Amino acid sequence: MQTSVSVKNLTLAFGAVKVLEGLNLDVGTGEFLVLLGPSGCGKSTLLNCLAGLLEISEGQIFISGKNVTWEEPKDRGIGMVFQSYALYPQMTVERNLSFGLRVSGMPREEIEKRVARASEILQIQPLLKRKPAELSGGQRQRVAIGRALVRDVDVFLFDEPLSNLDAKLRSDLRVEIKRLHQRLKNTMIYVTHDQIEAMTLADRIAIMRNGVIQQLDTPHAVYNNPVNLFVAGFIGSPTMNFLNGRIDGSTFSIDALNIPLGNYKFEKDGVGKLDGILGVRPEHIAVGEDAKKMPFQLDSEIEIVEPMGSDTVGWTKVAGQSVTFRCSSDIPLAPGQKITIGFDPARGSLFDAQSGVRV
Amino acid sequence: MTAEALDATGFAGPHGAKPKQLSWGRVGIYAFLVIAALFFLVPLYVMLVTSLKSMPEVREAHIFNLPREPTIQPWIDAMFNACTGRNCTGLSPGFWNSVKITVPSVIVSIIIASINGYALSFWKYKGAEFFFNLLVFGAFVPYQVVIYPIIIGMSKVHLFGTLPGIIIVHTIFGMPLLTILFRNFYSSLPIEIFKAARIDGAGFWQTFFKVMLPMSVPITVVAVILQVTGIWNDFLFGLVFAGTENIPMTLQLNNMVKTTQGTIQYDVNMAATMLTALVPLIIYFVSGKWFVRGIAAGAVKG
Repeated sequence: MQTSVSVKNLTLAFGAVKVLEGLNLDVGTGEFLVLLGPSGCGKSTLLNCLAGLLEISEGQIFISGKNVTWEEPKDRGIGMVFQSYALYPQMTVERNLSFGLRVSGMPREEIEKRVARASEILQIQPLLKRKPAELSGGQRQRVAIGRALVRDVDVFLFDEPLSNLDAKLRSDLRVEIKRLHQRLKNTMIYVTHDQIEAMTLADRIAIMRNGVIQQLDTPHAVYNNPVNLFVAGFIGSPTMNFLNGRIDGSTFSIDALNIPLGNYKFEKDGVGKLDGILGVRPEHIAVGEDAKKMPFQLDSEIEIVEPMGSDTVGWTKVAGQSVTFRCSSDIPLAPGQKITIGFDPARGSLFDAQSGVRV
Repeated sequence: MTAEALDATGFAGPHGAKPKQLSWGRVGIYAFLVIAALFFLVPLYVMLVTSLKSMPEVREAHIFNLPREPTIQPWIDAMFNACTGRNCTGLSPGFWNSVKITVPSVIVSIIIASINGYALSFWKYKGAEFFFNLLVFGAFVPYQVVIYPIIIGMSKVHLFGTLPGIIIVHTIFGMPLLTILFRNFYSSLPIEIFKAARIDGAGFWQTFFKVMLPMSVPITVVAVILQVTGIWNDFLFGLVFAGTENIPMTLQLNNMVKTTQGTIQYDVNMAATMLTALVPLIIYFVSGKWFVRGIAAGAVKG
């Protein structure tokens, strides 16, 4: 895969505080990369560095094979979409779209052609004569995307573009962004703290924490094989169950309870004995009849039931530790009810309790 | 059911909108407001009616009476004929001097202050905070303290007692407050707009003129009002720096009212005072709505 954006050893420091340190990242041409992480993890900062809006302290940035480390934002071949839309309030939609082109002194016919194309792609032709104040949130964000589109750039940068919209609009525009990517096949780098956006849009997800990329992989791999406790806990809703216990060869024991690990694929052989944490996704825990097919079963009692509509989340205890499971909403559940739960430890994740790293 | 009476609408007890009641507290507040308004309006009323009377009528000393034979002759005299010493030109030279001082001072100070505020908000250079704090400090320096050094400085560059000199002085003294005003306004704008303009390739001046300035109308109106009233009403700087050629209207008014030869022409003096106060008043009436809006915008988001 050809690289479109390449970050080498990037460090950004504000005085003594290093927000990003020695960060490396390669994004393939046409790839949709999502930077995901909690607030303050440095994901937006990284995006601003790529855009050239923040001056980096050390390292290099390459975009489309060109070293742009010292280039102005306009010369980097990027378009950017902001959370707050950042439309110019006193200009019409048309002039918002064409502002960058007019500034660069492009011929009028070319500007008109590009504005027409962008407004056709985003279906905002009827809005061209309006001011941003007369547009809804979704329309504004579409115009903001259009402003990046007319610049005909290789790389699109999105800084939490959907966070200001309500839930319904957000899912609509999410699909539109995906459709846009499939049509344009540009490289897109997308910052969000919303894991659903990340999972649905990304070719690869980079999960960040404290300025460090924890894991960079496909959504499937991030979800099923989280490299550490942070990633495991950050991805998935409801969050993964963590059971504290002890790993002893092919058994995971919590006090008197022994869970055979069966076919679990260790990162490397011969882990030996250590304090560990077993992570099991709520949706991988079966109840009732289904539980009987699972390699590991346990009788338990339901404490709390949360009906979600499409499915139900139940709370119970395994060896005194709280566990949630997710099952079909057709299964009748009530607090105090005795049930059998079961799961396949091979689908779970084992972590070193000390370091939090997957074993 | 208890025997609670149902009224015509079929409800028992309180229902619908609560009836409005005039409480004593409210009466007190209105009384205070009316008195406060009268406190300021009565002198204005006396001035207005006196300025519309002829001198014989003024001498009757019924200051609250409406003019029996209303005349605008005192206003005309005040503007064109009244004497300051031997000089019987009325206030018109002072008026034009004030215009010549106020208009360039307002324009120059607002242009510089808006660029200052813009640079301080968006182009954070090294020492920007220090510079801003220095300006804020400048807003608290009493004028009288720095007048003497400025006189010396001005005369060294041969600008003392000239029109450019007084314009520069007004611009300098307007700078702290206006810069704070503009900086706070620009700081309240989303920084993303500035970033978007940079990605679109707009430089320092393009971003300022094409993106920021069109958004600055409310705060510019506030700045215009502050500066026009401040500079028009100024007496001290005009007295010290303008020179005899360019004495502003306020100064001429003072000279006219203070120099007495024979009888004091109260009607003309009243008219002259009102004429001098008219420009700031008109500015307030024309742009009052904008003024409140701009002040509020700065206050809430600044």
